[in-house]
Amino acid sequence: MPRTPSESTMTRGTMLQGTGVLMGTLAASSVLASLAPSRTWALPLHALSQAEGETILQFGRVLYPHKALPTAVYALLVKDLDAEAVRDAGVAALLREGSASLDAASGGKFVSASSAKRLAAVKHIEGTPYFSKVRSTCITSLYNNEMAFAHFGYQGPSWPKGGYLHRGFDDLTWLPKPPASASPPAAG
Amino acid sequence: MTRFDLDDDSVVVIVGSGAGGGTLANELTQKGLKVVLLEAGKQQSTAAFVNDEWASFSQLAWLDKRTTSGSWQVAKDFPNLPAWVCKTVGGTTTHWAGASLRFQEHEFRARSTYGDVQGANLLDWPLTLAEMEPFYARAESKMGVTRTNGIPGLPGNNNFKVMYAGAQKLGYKECHTGRIAINSRPRDGRPSCLQLGFCFQGCKSGAKWSTLYTEIPKAEATGRLDLRPESHVLSIEHNGAGKITGVVYADAGGAHQRQKARVVAVAGNSIETPRLLLNSASSTFPDGLANSSGMVGRHYMRHMTGSVYAIFEKPVHMYRGTTMAGIVMDEARFEPSRGFAGGYEMETISLGLPFFAAFLKPGAWGADFTHFMDNYTQIAGMWLVGEDMPRDTNRVTLNADVKDQYGLPVANVHYDDHPNDIAMRGHAFAQGERLYRAVGATKTMRTPPYPSTHNLGTCRMSDDPKLGVVNKHGQTHDIANLFISDGSQFTTSAAENPTMTIVTLAIRQSQYIAEAISKQEV
Ligand SMILES: Cc1cc2nc3c(=O)[nH]c(=O)nc-3n(C[C@H](O)[C@H](O)[C@H](O)COP(=O)(O)OP(=O)(O)OC[C@H]3O[C@@H](n4cnc5c(N)ncnc54)[C@H](O)[C@@H]3O)c2cc1C
Ligand code: SF4
Repeated sequence: MPRTPSESTMTRGTMLQGTGVLMGTLAASSVLASLAPSRTWALPLHALSQAEGETILQFGRVLYPHKALPTAVYALLVKDLDAEAVRDAGVAALLREGSASLDAASGGKFVSASSAKRLAAVKHIEGTPYFSKVRSTCITSLYNNEMAFAHFGYQGPSWPKGGYLHRGFDDLTWLPKPPASASPPAAG
Repeated sequence: MTRFDLDDDSVVVIVGSGAGGGTLANELTQKGLKVVLLEAGKQQSTAAFVNDEWASFSQLAWLDKRTTSGSWQVAKDFPNLPAWVCKTVGGTTTHWAGASLRFQEHEFRARSTYGDVQGANLLDWPLTLAEMEPFYARAESKMGVTRTNGIPGLPGNNNFKVMYAGAQKLGYKECHTGRIAINSRPRDGRPSCLQLGFCFQGCKSGAKWSTLYTEIPKAEATGRLDLRPESHVLSIEHNGAGKITGVVYADAGGAHQRQKARVVAVAGNSIETPRLLLNSASSTFPDGLANSSGMVGRHYMRHMTGSVYAIFEKPVHMYRGTTMAGIVMDEARFEPSRGFAGGYEMETISLGLPFFAAFLKPGAWGADFTHFMDNYTQIAGMWLVGEDMPRDTNRVTLNADVKDQYGLPVANVHYDDHPNDIAMRGHAFAQGERLYRAVGATKTMRTPPYPSTHNLGTCRMSDDPKLGVVNKHGQTHDIANLFISDGSQFTTSAAENPTMTIVTLAIRQSQYIAEAISKQEV
């Protein structure tokens, strides 16, 4: 299932305190532009504020710095944490206080600090429950979605395509071909 | 569908439907015995399997709570997931990769061969390779192991090509696409491998052997198997004479059922098996069933493991095709001059992007980590698996402070690496890195152990009832009609992947059980 933050309507739960919307545009050249329903995306927040959402997004970029990975993928981190904060007030508080601690550690606003200062701020809070929460969420949010698959070159489910038997399971040519005794031919 | 009465005390009850339990069920029903197979997990199918690592993990893996202790890195990286095993019909043979190797002759005589290794409790098996050979042959035929029975090897994928080229540079002699329980040709009503690359997620083509769609349906076809999924055994019961009378299990709705039995065979994998024996303690057996030796839960083994991933300048796409696509066997020999006893195998491994991120270096962040992710398509990988030392302090115990959904104490898994394990891991990492560098790796990563996929030894086999829980047939020394039918029986771990030996022991055990029943010995 493609998890593309789509250009959805910006309705917000009335009983929730969320006040933010994260927005962005995929570069036309990005391989992901073809996956997303639209090049522009918007992520309405339900528990986190806009500032908190932006802080977490930048925190994700410091933790897992992929120069070419579009912001739309990092926005999934914010989306997943926001959803958890809706379900669990403890997580909401952790994210709120944690984001404030990043600001404090960077002596102002984390999002507008220099990259050296951001890195230092992250190192300063390493090991805290907030750090662990955001870091561990990154692993699934950033790398388990179709946009990441396309970006990093992982081809995802192969069963619908008949596997790799006729789609390059042995297409490597920059090394010598092993002899048939070690690697027999496939069933004809 | 065959159903036996809860009060039918002529049935054999088997706990767990994986490699050991599923095989035993088939073998016993073929011999005319009635079997009730109780499996805690749900029943899936090749159609229900999903090509999605995390979704498959939640569909098939054992996620009931467990705890850890000890100095092993798994306790730090995965404190509540000591083992990567399954809870589903077919057990971990749904997730397994299929590598199927016989043990070497000397590995059945580890104590005699390695001597008295300090801090280890080595023993010789009460079995020899010669005794095992006829049963190994039957297991290979049953499982359709390549490079046996005239079955050709599988074609090597890209990940294998890198391993093979590196192995040649290092002068290794024994490198090929392995002996593996995956069809290279259609066989036994199952097709040949499509190189899907999702062996760890349940093989959707059915090319890979799993008890789910081989042993279990064959047993059902006899009309003598009553398979009950979502039946979690809570305790094993006995009478005043200390003889097993049956088991109590929670059914899908959570209601407790009491199934009577003539014989009970436990094959819950090496963490749940000792837990069940310990949770079945009674006034007659205050330390748990079959535990007069105090050995139940001790000598937990998990193999020395680790992985090496290497980045190359050109594409590899390791995730295409079989996960364990090939093997280097040269380091499996006994060669103490390397600085450790026992040996290890080098086997290709690949992970999809989601699991690669999760397992490459748990807890890591920053540019070194993302460099590996950025080069995902140019990475080759191998898993290192070798014999670990049995230690009586490495142990599965009950954690009285943590209860499962049935209110029973969960298993705590304690493990400290033995210096021999550490020395072997260091050697294996170095050799893996040398192999990849020899063919142009620009960077290598030493990936720490995953949660244990091989779990062994917690009801070890010995002729001496003071030193082991079961005899050479897996029969407990204390209770004649109680058997252990999984890797818990292993006296030592050997270098090879364990499953074919588990299957072999189950085949052998089935003969003994059938005879014992016909002679009215149990
Ligand atoms: C990713 C992966 C790859 C692997 N690759 C290989 C390989 O290439 N080669 C190899 O040899 N091995 C491999 N293995 C290991 C192999 O899967 C196991 O060795 C084997 O399945 C163990 O068999 P078993 O019968 O002991 O337990 P399992 O197959 O784990 O079956 C145990 C069953 O018992 C059930 N159970 C437990 N407790 C209870 C209870 N109280 N009541 C009812 N049911 C219960 C469980 O739900 C489970 O279904 C791999 C494992 C993994 C995870
Ligand atoms: S690679 Fe072969 S064995 Fe593995 S899942 Fe695919 S078809 Fe099954």
